[in-house]
Amino acid sequence: MEDIAIKVDNVSKTFKLPREKNTSIKSAAINIFRARKGYDLQRALDDVSFEIKKGEFFGIVGKNGSGKSTLLKLLAGIYTPTKGSIQVNGKLTPFIELGVGFNAELTGRENVYLNGALLGFSRKEMQAMYKDIVEFAELKRFMDQKLKNYSSGMQVRLAFSIAIRAQSDILLIDEVLAVGDAAFQTKCYNYFYELKKKNTTVVFVSHDRGALERFCENGVLINDGEVVSSGPIQDVLKDYTSIVLDQLDSTQIKPAQNKDRKTSDYAKITNIEALDAKNQPKNKFNFGDEISVRFEIQVKHSMTNPVIGMTLWHKNTDTALFATNTLIESKSAGEYSKGDKIIFTSKLPRIINDGEYSIEPAIANDSATVFYDQVPGGTSFFVSGGNNPHSLLSDTSGSIIIEKKTRQYGED
Amino acid sequence: MRHIFSKKNRALLAELVRTDFKLRYQGSILGYAWSLLRPLLIFVILYVVFVKFLKIGNDVPHFPVYLLLGIVMWNFFLEMTVQSLGSIVGRGDLIRKIRIPRWIIVLSSSISALINLFLNLVVVVIFLFINHVDLLQTTLYLPLILLEVYVFALGLSLFLSAAFVKYRDIGYIWEVILQAGFYLTPILYPLARITNLTFQKLIMINPMAQAIQDARYSAITHQSRTIYQVFEGGRYRVIPFAIVILVFLGGLTYFRKESKYFAENI
Repeated sequence: MEDIAIKVDNVSKTFKLPREKNTSIKSAAINIFRARKGYDLQRALDDVSFEIKKGEFFGIVGKNGSGKSTLLKLLAGIYTPTKGSIQVNGKLTPFIELGVGFNAELTGRENVYLNGALLGFSRKEMQAMYKDIVEFAELKRFMDQKLKNYSSGMQVRLAFSIAIRAQSDILLIDEVLAVGDAAFQTKCYNYFYELKKKNTTVVFVSHDRGALERFCENGVLINDGEVVSSGPIQDVLKDYTSIVLDQLDSTQIKPAQNKDRKTSDYAKITNIEALDAKNQPKNKFNFGDEISVRFEIQVKHSMTNPVIGMTLWHKNTDTALFATNTLIESKSAGEYSKGDKIIFTSKLPRIINDGEYSIEPAIANDSATVFYDQVPGGTSFFVSGGNNPHSLLSDTSGSIIIEKKTRQYGED
Repeated sequence: MRHIFSKKNRALLAELVRTDFKLRYQGSILGYAWSLLRPLLIFVILYVVFVKFLKIGNDVPHFPVYLLLGIVMWNFFLEMTVQSLGSIVGRGDLIRKIRIPRWIIVLSSSISALINLFLNLVVVVIFLFINHVDLLQTTLYLPLILLEVYVFALGLSLFLSAAFVKYRDIGYIWEVILQAGFYLTPILYPLARITNLTFQKLIMINPMAQAIQDARYSAITHQSRTIYQVFEGGRYRVIPFAIVILVFLGGLTYFRKESKYFAENI
């Protein structure tokens, strides 16, 4: 127990959810007479066990509704476990959210003192810290105004400035970074780096892969109330991605909207597929995987040198990322007559970052002015596991050159 | 139960009470003065109707102060229980998001009511002087009697605030009970007006009736009929005190049991 900060032992949490809202004595009485339970049992956490070492950043990962927040509330002591036990070694922050107890009708100054008291500071201690808090929040001019006149960003800044004064050994943080502008996030990150230096234990619940990867060493993945995976954060995040992808069934992959298929009596595109390196059709790929596209065309009218090609769309932003066709590659497709079949295959560049993509195949006349068939959102696939959240594409072929020039004596 | 009044808890309690006071009269011109004006205005109405129109209490010396003290004590009891009743649910934002001792919330609303009581007692003292009431030695017992009322109200507050989390009907039921209690307690009328001794005994079992009568006896006039006289010194006279202790322990036990689940039930 010496180097363990938090030990969670076979913890289960069951909520009683009233069937009809059972908040009146009448319905309670009726339910007694009918001898039936007026509630459903909902198991939010089932036999969860893990340990958090002292001084580590520990991530809790999971989808919405998986039980993450319940777990955090149990750790904070806000909920009581139905079964099992939680041992905490050290002083724990009692809050899981910033600005708890902020009152819109009080001034900024009054809220600072109230919030401080909730974190366990006396009025004297708060008076000593007050100036620093206000300066850090950059809200000096606003302290005598009521909180309801603050913007949400200002409120978060104030709350954060108070919260970081809480001197605890273990910190619980639930999605704090979802709010605030870029400058504020930088402040948060700097604070986290400081915590890391000070060997504070931090339990961190977030959807932000980047932040989790940057700060956390270990973590657990919670799914449907159970620990699915635990250990180094990279492994946990990998398992998380596969869980998310597994649940996106094909029905959720929608064809692109606002764009209609252009068809004609000349040709019809069928069997559009994204393939992996072994030519197996797939709709999930890891970053850097070889991806190729294949589709077939049934020719219904004789044609000479049709232009055949495809466009790669990034679905989230509805951006055309990449296009290729026989015209661009100066390939002549040849002559076809009714009843023929054309099979088109092309590789995609291996620079696609995480996201959802779709393929739009097309066939047109020899000058690409008349489209015989064009299928927006012909097929879709996901890419995950990329490490670069800043862009849609990243080329790892390596064209960066870094030169180091050592400072010479005599230069200044 | 350790560290009940640790430095941290005291600081939090003080800050919650302060916030409560700041917020209560926000936006009203007279502000805190309402703490005094409200019971005074009620007193004036009751005084005009019961003393001037209905001529109740002519046989009791210093009846206006006698009436005022009763109203002030009842008002304290009412204010404290009503405010505490909704306090846990009203502070759901805190309870769901932060680990603080839950009883601090109930205690802070009880202290707000206590501060109001002291302000009102100042008015009572002023009336004592205006009415030229002789200072009685027994006045020294008054703090003990008020402590009894506080403990009684605290026990009820703990029970009511915890039960209100689960059953919102409690609010309406308690309103009716308070209304009934106001008339079943000798506040407006001297106890002696009830001629049936059995009824007198039944009325005096209520700790509030016993406390108000004892307070009047000790601070205003020995002509107040107390529980000692009603039961002629018999051992049943301890019933109200037993009720107070039972209510307090029962309320505390229930609150402690339920408070673990406040966060999920609110």
